[in-house]
Amino acid sequence: MLMGRTKPPIYGLLAEFDTPAGLVAAAERARKEGYRCMDAYAPFPVEGLAEALKFHHTRVPLLTLIGGIVGGLGGYFMQYWIAAINYPLNIGGRPLHSWPAFIPVTFELTILGAAVSAVLGMLGLNGLPMPYHPVFHVPRFALASRDRFFLCVEATDPKFDRQTTQRFLESLDSRGVFEVPH
Amino acid sequence: MGAEGPRLPTTAERRRPPVIGPGHTFATVTDKISTIVLTRPTTPGWLAGFLLSFSLMMLLFYAIGYLLLEGVGVWGINIPVGWGFAIVNFVWWIGIGHAGTLISAILLLLNQQWRTSINRFAEAMTLFAVASAGLFPLLHLGRPGLFYWLVPYPSTMGVWPQFRSPLVWDVFAVSTYFTVSLLFWFVGLIPDLATLRDRAETRAARILYGILAMGWRGSAMHWHRYQTAYLLLAGLAAPLVVSVHTVVSLDFAVGIIPGWHSTIFPPYFVAGAIYSGFAMVLTLAIPLRAAYGLEDFITMRHLENMAKVMLATGLIVAYGYAMELFMAWYSGNTYEGFTAWNRIVGPYWPAYWALILCNVVLPQLLWFKRVRTKVPVLFVLSLTVNLGMWLERFVIVITSLHRDFLPSSWGMYTATRWDWAVYIGSMGLFLTLLFLFIRFLPMISIFEMRELVSETDAGSND
Repeated sequence: MLMGRTKPPIYGLLAEFDTPAGLVAAAERARKEGYRCMDAYAPFPVEGLAEALKFHHTRVPLLTLIGGIVGGLGGYFMQYWIAAINYPLNIGGRPLHSWPAFIPVTFELTILGAAVSAVLGMLGLNGLPMPYHPVFHVPRFALASRDRFFLCVEATDPKFDRQTTQRFLESLDSRGVFEVPH
Repeated sequence: MGAEGPRLPTTAERRRPPVIGPGHTFATVTDKISTIVLTRPTTPGWLAGFLLSFSLMMLLFYAIGYLLLEGVGVWGINIPVGWGFAIVNFVWWIGIGHAGTLISAILLLLNQQWRTSINRFAEAMTLFAVASAGLFPLLHLGRPGLFYWLVPYPSTMGVWPQFRSPLVWDVFAVSTYFTVSLLFWFVGLIPDLATLRDRAETRAARILYGILAMGWRGSAMHWHRYQTAYLLLAGLAAPLVVSVHTVVSLDFAVGIIPGWHSTIFPPYFVAGAIYSGFAMVLTLAIPLRAAYGLEDFITMRHLENMAKVMLATGLIVAYGYAMELFMAWYSGNTYEGFTAWNRIVGPYWPAYWALILCNVVLPQLLWFKRVRTKVPVLFVLSLTVNLGMWLERFVIVITSLHRDFLPSSWGMYTATRWDWAVYIGSMGLFLTLLFLFIRFLPMISIFEMRELVSETDAGSND
């Protein structure tokens, strides 16, 4: 594109499909055609769609693991510090660092840390909450949460061209192609 | 329907009732579930149920107000029975919650499709049951205003909670359980809130559901991360649910009171929790599916499967009762032996025998398919199991405490009207929250039903 870094005039083009299989096939075709800046929208997780768009990596498991480790270690050392260092109670000479008694709380805090990071990590990586997004401008897009499947080729894609891309999306057996304004 | 026309069921499908009624598409499941919330007017039945529950909740608030004014002396608790209804009700409600997590997490990991239409309201049931449960230990503190002393925080007094006590473990177990259940439930709701936002007819509803949906748009990348997070949450919730009732049982088992000090408590409590939880799911599901015409989604297969889980966990519980008696005899411990005998023929014998009837004898009817598929009978059985599990906790708490080692310190426990008011009132709180939930949020997971439609290959448009 000659315009270089300036903002493209529209957000992209949105094609509507009837079935999940149609969407996956279209995503694969568009990928083969050379489009890279794409996203697909579906009313439920469609098997094979993320693979078709080459979305493989997600850092949610890593964040969950880190959250769990932080929760567990933090929980254990909190108890150790409280029971053995800051507030030692000598009860019949029993050991202050009574580690078996610290396991239940350590376990619970591991789960808590991991679960909270899984949810916050998922939301954060997804960029949610996001009150505004251009695709919502297309009235038909309301059906993306009911029974329709959409493929959006974004205007930032180097291969994007208003006319060619529109013709390409129409050739994909789509139900309709809509322009997505900013 | 698609061009190929309706698909003929295979032999295996004909033998087992399906998990979803025939002829449903992505659009029909979406519309059927979302209209309950969005367009269906408030029915007189809902209003009557809500008003009754709300009145009971007011009774709870009244009883709590009186309790806060007068102190725990208004309850029947005293030495030797310091743990009365409050602890009985706490364990009962926490146990009920367990089925929700079991259905949503463990059955998800085991890839059981039939969980889909019951997981959402079972999870809601978990949340509301844990909320009701959480009230009791706080009220039982005697100084509820100082509840925050249970939490480790750097206070000016320089004291900390005693981390070697199961009662402190309980604080962490129950609060983690509530938080994780809430997260799991809310994450499951996000895509459905987006559906409600897109289909809402009034501006207020669109804005409200829109805020809650946080801008969810069903992007493929989002779904990818969403599914990963959802599975991880399920994997985390599965061991958590087992740990919660284990810790609750340790409140008893770590004590040296005869009838409590036993290693069988953790597994037997967990089984009992799942048993009572499934009973409660049935108690709620049977009227709900009738009132909202959801027989297509909550089919006979669901009811039968839940009945089977009840039968299996009921047998584990029965084994627990048998082992308690066996160990009381086999250990040769006079006090254990006496406690067991005192439960069977002592002053609280009606509670013990009623519990055996409700939890061990009657559920054996579930061996028969005729009983499992007869909805009214199943409903009555679910109620008797709920009652039986409450009696079980009553027997454990009261009979162990009222006659322990020294006959000179024996006593009797009688619940006062305030005990009953708080107990019945807590059901009001639970039901009020449940009525609000079924009115304002989708009681069946819409996106998972669409997924189910796509998996069962029935979903084509037009």
